[in-house]
Amino acid sequence: MSCSRRDFLKDAVGGTLASVMPLSAFVFLSTAEAQAAVAESKTRWAFLVDTNKCVGCGLCVDACKNENEIPYDAEVTRTWVERYVITKDGKTHIDSPMGGRDGYTTMDIDGEEIDPDDIDKAFFVPKLCNQCDNPACVQVCPVGATYQTNDGVVLVDRDWCIGCGYCIMACPYGVRFFHPVHKVADKCNFCYHRISKGMEPACVECCSFGARRIANLKDPEDPVTKIITTERVAVLKDEYGTKPHVFYLGLDENVR
Amino acid sequence: MKWHVLRPLWVAIGLVGVILIARVFLVPDDFGVHGRNFTYGFHRLSNIQEWKDFPVKYQGRESCAECHEENLQMLNASTHATVECENCHGPSVNHPDDVEFLPLDTTRELCLRCHAFLEYPNSARAALLGVEDRRHKRRKVCIECHNPHDPKEDTR
Amino acid sequence: MSEDIIVHGIEWTVKELFVYPNEYIYWSIQIVMYPYMTGLVAGAFVLSSLYHVFGQKQLKEIAQFSLVFSLALLPVAALPLLLHLQQPTRAMEPLLTPHFTSAIAAFGIVFTAYALIVLSEIWFVYRKYFVEQVHALKGQPGLSNAMTRMVYRVLTIGAYDVGDDAIRVDKKAATVLAAIGIPVACFLHGYAGFIFGSVKANALWMSPLMPVIFIMSAVVSGIALCMLTYIVIREWQAFRSRRKGGVLEASEIKGAETHVIDTAARYLLGFLVAAISLEMLDLIFRGYTAMKSWDILRSVMYGKDFMNIFVLQYTLGNLVPFLLLLLPGRTLKRTVLALLLVLFGVFMMRWNVVIGGQAFSLSFSGYMHYEIPIIPHSVETFKEGLFGALTVVSVPFVLFWIINKFVPSLEREASAD
Repeated sequence: MSCSRRDFLKDAVGGTLASVMPLSAFVFLSTAEAQAAVAESKTRWAFLVDTNKCVGCGLCVDACKNENEIPYDAEVTRTWVERYVITKDGKTHIDSPMGGRDGYTTMDIDGEEIDPDDIDKAFFVPKLCNQCDNPACVQVCPVGATYQTNDGVVLVDRDWCIGCGYCIMACPYGVRFFHPVHKVADKCNFCYHRISKGMEPACVECCSFGARRIANLKDPEDPVTKIITTERVAVLKDEYGTKPHVFYLGLDENVR
Repeated sequence: MKWHVLRPLWVAIGLVGVILIARVFLVPDDFGVHGRNFTYGFHRLSNIQEWKDFPVKYQGRESCAECHEENLQMLNASTHATVECENCHGPSVNHPDDVEFLPLDTTRELCLRCHAFLEYPNSARAALLGVEDRRHKRRKVCIECHNPHDPKEDTR
Repeated sequence: MSEDIIVHGIEWTVKELFVYPNEYIYWSIQIVMYPYMTGLVAGAFVLSSLYHVFGQKQLKEIAQFSLVFSLALLPVAALPLLLHLQQPTRAMEPLLTPHFTSAIAAFGIVFTAYALIVLSEIWFVYRKYFVEQVHALKGQPGLSNAMTRMVYRVLTIGAYDVGDDAIRVDKKAATVLAAIGIPVACFLHGYAGFIFGSVKANALWMSPLMPVIFIMSAVVSGIALCMLTYIVIREWQAFRSRRKGGVLEASEIKGAETHVIDTAARYLLGFLVAAISLEMLDLIFRGYTAMKSWDILRSVMYGKDFMNIFVLQYTLGNLVPFLLLLLPGRTLKRTVLALLLVLFGVFMMRWNVVIGGQAFSLSFSGYMHYEIPIIPHSVETFKEGLFGALTVVSVPFVLFWIINKFVPSLEREASAD
């Protein structure tokens, strides 16, 4: 006896639906944790970089490597300082040797000697993870190894990251990299282990010129928050819709 | 009805079942949506504390003041007042409990970070007193003549 | 502890001018291989479905073969990813905790679903053969016969009814699966295009056209590979039987059938035109709108990568095979050359997208040059080097040979229809 096409399809669809139900177990949500998570945090971390004050000493890069155990001679870094020299012929010379880890001690850029009389302007730009409000890197992680905390910091779970590199490709700012030893994705996390204890990030601590400052945007009495909200600040690459939370004073139009 | 057509479907459902069972054993219990939404908050909850527990290396000048008050007073009164102790002395970590003497960086390269003069117009760097490395006492180390805790003092 | 400090990507990346400190070519040859292999999978399946669903009778022979070849290609599509992952032991995680906002998370689901569809369809097509083998091997002496019989028993999944009604139902089921499989195969490869097209940070990849371009060129490569393998196998069988001499039926020594090649070639050309049109559209749009990234993109595409894009991919990989297949007096040799060039062209397309997208820095002020490791001197330079790629390319043929021992896709009588 042959079965009708209708019966066959009915059973196939029914069987498929039945198997889909338990698939909803894929997204795990405990009520207690959900409540705690949705509760508003009193902190939203942000950063203020003053490029007018940065002298390019690179001690921040050095300190970051030591504090966060990034192999010193590996050519990756959680934060870096770029040097811009704009010459009178309209050319923009940019470099960041080892991320500025050893500072800048010569006028040469890329082996080219630049005559001071040819310079229109020159400055240094520290960069680090922007801990964006819409982090593209978190959106593309296939396994939930990177995520954003309630206070705005984006972290990476070293025990869960599969090392696919999608987050690294998705970051418009190039702040992510593969940790050379742990072989998982890594990036600046505002020294989360320090700020959670009331300390400042290592780079902020070690900057002698006040070019780097950390802020809690939700604290109206925070002096740095006051600067961010009342003075003219800029962010990097806002066209990507990431809503970065590292704010810059004195950000030049030549900065990439 | 030829029921054998559904056999591959049972195999498929069985496979999905195996994955769901494996999930119970392989996925940590606290893995889920914690935070804003599924997009930005899908993770293992205990990881946050793991990051908070990461060891601190730089302790800050207040902790140096506990024992080295004299040096700090001299420093605070000098032009190097804003320079951190640990910039030159390195991170103190658990000093003095784990190591008695911190490795001190006395190289020229350290001082040149700020004091290699770069003639950059309108830059904070150009406001720093500096030398041209090639031309200034090439065979010497800076601290032979300059006291880092009080740069104006001549130690020759 | 050993000094196991390797900056991933530093070995094969040469930076020029200003590149951000953490930028390297992270997605190298294996990420070129991955969409290439999944493209072959999707294309082979679509070709098979052209027969099963749309009743293109001339494609029957190649359809059976391409279905099984699609299965042989499937595990190989996952192999480049396993070789690429920095933590390959955690490769199951996209199935355990899929973060569905990521296109890569879709991989686990789509891949599994597609594998099940292909396996089921093959089962329905060859079930009668499996049952017959179980009966034929019954009581045969020898361990290898007993083991083979065991394999066939497992393959039947206990469904031994091979009456006319049962076989009719089998055929219907195969058709249904072939029909469902087409959108799933498209999704399998479309999402691979989405992986790239949705990365807004990459000026070359970001495009809504990317998924469609990938699907079109995937089908092109799948059809081309199946045609090529079909021709090679058939001609080899004919050559072998001619050399052996002896009494053989005329149908056995025919070699590659002309009508099969003609029909398949027609579909190939159609998808080829679609693929190249979309790529041209993308390029023209970029040049016309001249966004911030256009300066660096132009210098990469018209400068450094001119040979790769315009000569190797568009001319050798698209235009020349197009002419070879269209011009009158097409011989088998000419077809084979055209198919090889098409396969090369699709590979170059993947290369130009993946590597080309990393040829310029996020700063738009510098370049990165990819120097693929040739002779491996470490695990990394093997996995992400030439030999890793060659391994990926050769495994499907090995797998096909093994699968074919149990699922004879080249014998006309073995399949249900």
